[in-house]
Amino acid sequence: MDILAQAAGLVFQPYVLLVIFASACFGLFVGAIPGLTATMATALLVPITFFMDPVPAIAAIVTATAMAIFAGDIPGALLRMPGTPASAAYVEDAYLMTQDGRGDEALGAVLVFSAIGGIFGTIVLVTTAPALAEIALKFSSFEYFWLVLLGLSCAIFVSPSSVTRGMIALLIGLFAATIGIDNPAGQPRYTFGNVELLAGVQFIPAMIGLFAVSEVLRSIVYSKERPKIDRSGKHTVFKRQWTNIRRYPIQMLRGSATGTAIGALPGAGADIAAWISYAVSKQFSRQKEKFGRGHVEGLVEAGASNNGAVSGAWIPALVFGIPGDSITAIVIGVLYVKGMNPGPTVFINDPQLIYAVFMVFFLANIIMLPLGWVAIKGASTLLSIPNRVLMPVILLFCIVGSFAINNSVFGVLLMLIFGVLGFIMEENDIPIAPAILGLVLGPMLEQNFITSMIKADGSFLAFFERPIAAGLGIFTIVVWSIPIILYLRRRWAGSEASPKEDLPQG
Amino acid sequence: MRKRTFLAAAAALLATAVFGAPAALAQSDYPDRPIQMIVPWGAGGGTDAVGRIFASILQEELGVPVNVVNRTGGSGVVGHSAIATAKPDGYTIGIVTIEIDMMHWQGLTDLTYKDFDFLAMVNADPGGVMVSADSDYETAQDLLDAIKSEPKGALKASGTGQGGIWHLGLLGWLLSEDLPPDQITWVPSQGSAAGITDMVAGGVDLVPSSLAEGRSMIEAGKVRPLASMSEERQEMFPDVPTLKEAVGSDWTLAVWRTVAAPKGLPDDVKAKLAGAVEKAYNSEEYQKFMADRGFGMRWAGPEEATEVVASDDESLGRVMKEAGLAAE
Repeated sequence: MDILAQAAGLVFQPYVLLVIFASACFGLFVGAIPGLTATMATALLVPITFFMDPVPAIAAIVTATAMAIFAGDIPGALLRMPGTPASAAYVEDAYLMTQDGRGDEALGAVLVFSAIGGIFGTIVLVTTAPALAEIALKFSSFEYFWLVLLGLSCAIFVSPSSVTRGMIALLIGLFAATIGIDNPAGQPRYTFGNVELLAGVQFIPAMIGLFAVSEVLRSIVYSKERPKIDRSGKHTVFKRQWTNIRRYPIQMLRGSATGTAIGALPGAGADIAAWISYAVSKQFSRQKEKFGRGHVEGLVEAGASNNGAVSGAWIPALVFGIPGDSITAIVIGVLYVKGMNPGPTVFINDPQLIYAVFMVFFLANIIMLPLGWVAIKGASTLLSIPNRVLMPVILLFCIVGSFAINNSVFGVLLMLIFGVLGFIMEENDIPIAPAILGLVLGPMLEQNFITSMIKADGSFLAFFERPIAAGLGIFTIVVWSIPIILYLRRRWAGSEASPKEDLPQG
Repeated sequence: MRKRTFLAAAAALLATAVFGAPAALAQSDYPDRPIQMIVPWGAGGGTDAVGRIFASILQEELGVPVNVVNRTGGSGVVGHSAIATAKPDGYTIGIVTIEIDMMHWQGLTDLTYKDFDFLAMVNADPGGVMVSADSDYETAQDLLDAIKSEPKGALKASGTGQGGIWHLGLLGWLLSEDLPPDQITWVPSQGSAAGITDMVAGGVDLVPSSLAEGRSMIEAGKVRPLASMSEERQEMFPDVPTLKEAVGSDWTLAVWRTVAAPKGLPDDVKAKLAGAVEKAYNSEEYQKFMADRGFGMRWAGPEEATEVVASDDESLGRVMKEAGLAAE
């Protein structure tokens, strides 16, 4: 109790609260601009935190990243420009809801369930961090290989159109991911001697191109004005969320838990968590057919999942000093500078500091609600701007965002190429989301497969020799074979049962 | 009011555009505008941290903003090229890392250390030898005996990509023991944190990265440090013997970071920058930051830094050729 009181004394000071508020606004601003990422927000904060005490320094980073990741959903829902790969999983649903006049509800859902996922992750962090970190440490490339493969399978589950078209999109993404030198063999591929191509296809410009630029192109080609969006319902940001919580309690918990667990793995983060949660949500939903067409259910689960993962990433970071993602990598550095060396000892030596950090986590996720509301309300006015003005402005933002990621014109070029590609894909009913998935997970799949094969001296059996890997592997194979078995059984029986009734329920 | 500031700024911009050329010649008032510091590695890494702390101190020394720009990818080629091809006017500087001595041997680029004016070497971290805490190897000698007795390729090591710096560090050690370069199989990883995690998970047997990078896991009792690839023991790990003490090998390797500019800096600009960098290095802020992070201190002025970079270029090139990692 005494420690908690000390911790509260460290947090609830005017200066610390002011820092939290200021960094929240900063995080919202950075996250809402596509191309400026949560990692960048953190890196920009680091020099400022040198002059702060440990608690405000960590508070600034925690708050800014939580805000930036939520704010990435705002341009996603309003303009179809996902701010982070994690929001790309459900951007289609959020955007279509906005088109349908339910933008406030969509963003409200992401906001509320982000906060819930974040708080859930924090509770897990507070209660079971050391135990969970021990399990996470057992993951080697064999386990990650299966996990990534499961993630890739989501491409089939998340694509709203046919399986074949989903596969085509996935392969486009996987191909783009092979470009460059950052592969296990360290060999340049498809670079044609170009220095910029050595770095491969940068993810953010490609994503902005595929989603946003293709949308700009379409609006020009068809020169249609968006349907007038009814914005008369005033207080819908939070109002509908009670209904959503009551209607989707399992989705909410499942998303939070999946996200936190995946986030706690050092080699996987918020993006893969959001994709898996979205696919799980669709697979177990009673209204599968609505996914990808403006349905809130996937937002609930995946929204909770990616923020759960952000909190989960702190588990290995605090317990073992292992970065779960690029943000915690920066934070670990800051912790060292502040004398709070991560490791089991930090829980014993400075418990009041650790508890203060935990309190900041809760505060950051709670302050997200009012500030997020203001941001949503402010950003929504964008929608009343006519297309002929809005589209050029979007294009301008796309260019700035693609340039900012690496301060290079090459990013802008990539964005334009992928914009045209995205346009062609959508004109042919090929979904975009699986291509993004391939681009994100392709390098991880290759890395984990090749390194596993090297370790096992080329023996495939090694993928089943470790207990967790074997479990994940068998699960993956079962997931893959169920549709085939069901198909064969139907053929065998010659029945004409509709495929929907036959899909696995568990 | 805002409009007026904007107009003033526009006028200033125009003036620089028109009178910019003569101003650039008269360098006495250098620096009179923001300086860009290019970091060839991603935000959050060690090089990024060193770049950012340096930028914030240099900013006070020079009186103009110093902005850090991460130009990542391509095993560092992209960022190093961006530094080397910038205009040598002192307004673009960067952190050049040991990879500059490797990438041209691999045939990735024509760029070498000769394309830079080195201002100083500001940090160096010796390589180490680390195993998992539940490993059978208690000392470096145990490990070396196993390396020699086990069949070729039975032991696995990780810590960087294929042909990365810690891979070369291990190869250099093997060659110094007259062992073939493929005696240990290298498992490429995305950086040493990933390699160490994999080692603790039981994926590989050893990681030859710097001890500083394994510090939190060493303190958590998950990793056992066996040796340091340096001439003297490291201050932070006084109990860890040098490779020489442990197994009698002469092999040493340290990754360093330098502050550098594109080749052809005007003398007065170079003098001013080098002076500011030296002051920044000796500042209490930098010293404390490096000690807290566990990064090794290493100072070398412009000439000495260039010599170290040149001699590493030669020795790394030799190892890469012997190991078959250099391009034909």
